Amino acid sequence: MWRFLRRLLTSEYLVLLLTALYVLCLWPFAPEIVSAQTALEVIMAMLPLLLLAIGQTFVLIVAGIDLSITSTMAFSSVVAAALMTGDGGYLAGSPLAVPVALVAFLLIGLAVGYANGLCVVRFGMPSFMVTLVAQTFLSGAAIWFTSLHSTSVSIGDLPAAFSVIGRGGVAGIPYALLLCLVVAFAAHWLLSRTTLGRWLYAVGNNPRAATVSGVPTGRVIIIAFVLAGLCAALASIVYTSRLETGTPVLGQRVLLDVIGAAVIGGVSLFGGRGKISWVILGVLFLSVVDKGLQLLGLSQSIVFAVKGGVILLAAIIDALRSRILVRVAA
Amino acid sequence: MSSANDSSASDRTGGAPLLKVEGLRKSFFGVEVLKGVSFALEAGKALGVIGENGSGKSTTMNIINGLLPPSAGTMAIDGRPYAPANSKEAARAGIAFIHQELNLFENLSIAENLALQAFPKKLRWLPQIDKGQMRTRAAELLRRVDLDLSPDMLVNRLAPGERQLVEIAKALSGEARIIVFDEPTTSLTSREAERLFALVAQLKARGLGVIYISHILEDVLRLCDDVVTLRDGTMVDNRPAASVTTGHLIESMLGRPIAELFPPRSAAGPRRDVALDVRGLTQPGIVHDLTFRVLRGEIVGLAGLMGSGRSETARILFGLDPALSGTVAVNDTVIAERSPRACMAAGMAFLTEDRRGDGLLLPEGVLTNVELARLADLRANAVAPIPQAMLDRNASEAARSVRIKAHDLVRQPVLSLSGGNQQKVVLAKWLLREPAVFILDEPTRGIDVGAKAEIYGLVRQLAERGTGVLVISSEVEELLGICDRVLTMAHGEIVAGFTWPALDRAAILRAAMQRQEGAA
Repeated sequence: MWRFLRRLLTSEYLVLLLTALYVLCLWPFAPEIVSAQTALEVIMAMLPLLLLAIGQTFVLIVAGIDLSITSTMAFSSVVAAALMTGDGGYLAGSPLAVPVALVAFLLIGLAVGYANGLCVVRFGMPSFMVTLVAQTFLSGAAIWFTSLHSTSVSIGDLPAAFSVIGRGGVAGIPYALLLCLVVAFAAHWLLSRTTLGRWLYAVGNNPRAATVSGVPTGRVIIIAFVLAGLCAALASIVYTSRLETGTPVLGQRVLLDVIGAAVIGGVSLFGGRGKISWVILGVLFLSVVDKGLQLLGLSQSIVFAVKGGVILLAAIIDALRSRILVRVAA
Repeated sequence: MSSANDSSASDRTGGAPLLKVEGLRKSFFGVEVLKGVSFALEAGKALGVIGENGSGKSTTMNIINGLLPPSAGTMAIDGRPYAPANSKEAARAGIAFIHQELNLFENLSIAENLALQAFPKKLRWLPQIDKGQMRTRAAELLRRVDLDLSPDMLVNRLAPGERQLVEIAKALSGEARIIVFDEPTTSLTSREAERLFALVAQLKARGLGVIYISHILEDVLRLCDDVVTLRDGTMVDNRPAASVTTGHLIESMLGRPIAELFPPRSAAGPRRDVALDVRGLTQPGIVHDLTFRVLRGEIVGLAGLMGSGRSETARILFGLDPALSGTVAVNDTVIAERSPRACMAAGMAFLTEDRRGDGLLLPEGVLTNVELARLADLRANAVAPIPQAMLDRNASEAARSVRIKAHDLVRQPVLSLSGGNQQKVVLAKWLLREPAVFILDEPTRGIDVGAKAEIYGLVRQLAERGTGVLVISSEVEELLGICDRVLTMAHGEIVAGFTWPALDRAAILRAAMQRQEGAA
């Protein structure tokens, strides 16, 4: 029995099992939870979250944390919206509006990530502090920027060609899903098959040993933050096109979900450990929990409380799990 | 606490030893790792405990310290049964441990560290610390260990040797009667070690019992009255130190005579061409005008006291620390901008002195560690796929060639390997790159004799294949045993050079000390 429990706790698929268990428990109370419609909704809700979590994973692996991702989303959302909005945008009506806006999303993500990484590496500042400051700065900047371009709290009237990204699809497969799959595969490949992947883990495990072994530690850390910024930009594209509005409060509440999902999946907050497949399961779990609570008709505040509890529980299980792993190894 | 100790001392049954351990056994998951260990420690005596890594030393000490319960066997202090449930009870019974890794809080002052067990208070009900009393007590304890420092000094400003003395003072503050030293000299300079030895003698004279665990057999013989040898969990030897030599001890530790701890020198001798050429290397306050060469196939030793600039030289050579001026060339090519990557590209390898801190990825497996340094050579760009199968094959080969003992090269974290095997992992990492110049900083620190001999053999083999080797060591015997040439450093300068067979221990030490003293 104890053995079985131990195997279960150390299994990579524990989270998947918990998800199934959760669905099973909720089934009698909210039968809609087992339906194609719900499944689709969960997947659609997962997508931007997954993009963010994948980006976060790179930073977590090098033993950092990026708290600025949601503000990066918000800031890039309003800047890109201001470029292409039909309501007095810089490129209103131009056929270049959408491509330029997309480039703007990515450039902002890249620039924020690079600035974060540079501060962490050059000045040796803790990433927690750097990205917290970036978060505050960017959310402020996003609101200020919006006020320059719109009398309301957001920038609407985005071109149809843009909102297709979030709503359209090819052969019944949403573009957002395709984008997500491509990013997930690329990230998985990067981490498991390339030199850069090995370097990311090595830097997270022991930066000093990595440096002595010829790993360009500083550059690797900057790359991790840049990847996180780019992923945030992609998530911002998906969210913004779904809402058809650029808004400075975009994704304000998902930061904990993102970090929580990564940790639930088994990515270590101490660096050096994490896989994309784990992150997918973590995001799936959180999204299913979220959906289930909604189906039960609970109020938003209760949903938050329960989700907080679940993330805490996951963190505890994670701690237990690493302790058992250490014992098994010894 | 002290009164409890006094009373226990008074009803001491006549002639019972201070600590008696009988038939100690311990099994983990059905595997017996300790198979009956018995010894006695008299008051005022020192007992040496030696054995290879994994011989059961740590298990025995953990049982004495109350961290592990024995599966069988008894212990007694002053003839009264002693069965500690945890280390607190062990401390109460008068046993203090001085660990390899010191347990001091670096951000606190000496006085605070010494008072940490029980801060003196002004009023019993108010948690306000009586700083005056704390300081006076600390000063008194520091006097007892002959450490002339202010009690207010922060521990992070102390040298390793001074920290050790503070740790001993802490043991004395708890009225310890038995002090266990676990590899106490690994991070000490030879002068600090001398000071420690004098203090151990003093502790003995004061009637305390000392248990001294070390890989440095000369020290054990010098300090201890009796020596217990463990091998594979069995006590194979227990006899007075006066009746044995280090040769005997090594034999009983290994269970076989070792023909030669050091490999024979190659008949051919080093080649003519220069592997490493260092000219005028200077960094103010650290090294001054270092100029030396290492030939291909030559093993050159760098001797000197701690703080003489030995390890700093290695770090500068490998591009980890900056130098103001001077050049470093490998195979006649000057390395333009030294960084670990540039130095590796030129063919350098560097085994650092702190293998856990900057040699290994502890939670990862052997192969991942061995492959790490190779990655930089493989790539055309960092996002190109790794030829994983080939890399694994080469890494396993390297692991086999240095005889790493691990049950799973992929999944077992190197964290769980013994010190000797961990060091072999670092060696394998660099051997995989076939270095032209290999710098080894304290290659055998904290490693048992058997693994030491193997590492010496590997270094010699490497030299015979044409690598220029630079070995830094604080063990002069080691340098005498494996080097073709020894350079002595003092105060950041090379002050003397000796060539085999004219390597003279006394002359090397004299060169290392004299300058140090002169400048100080």
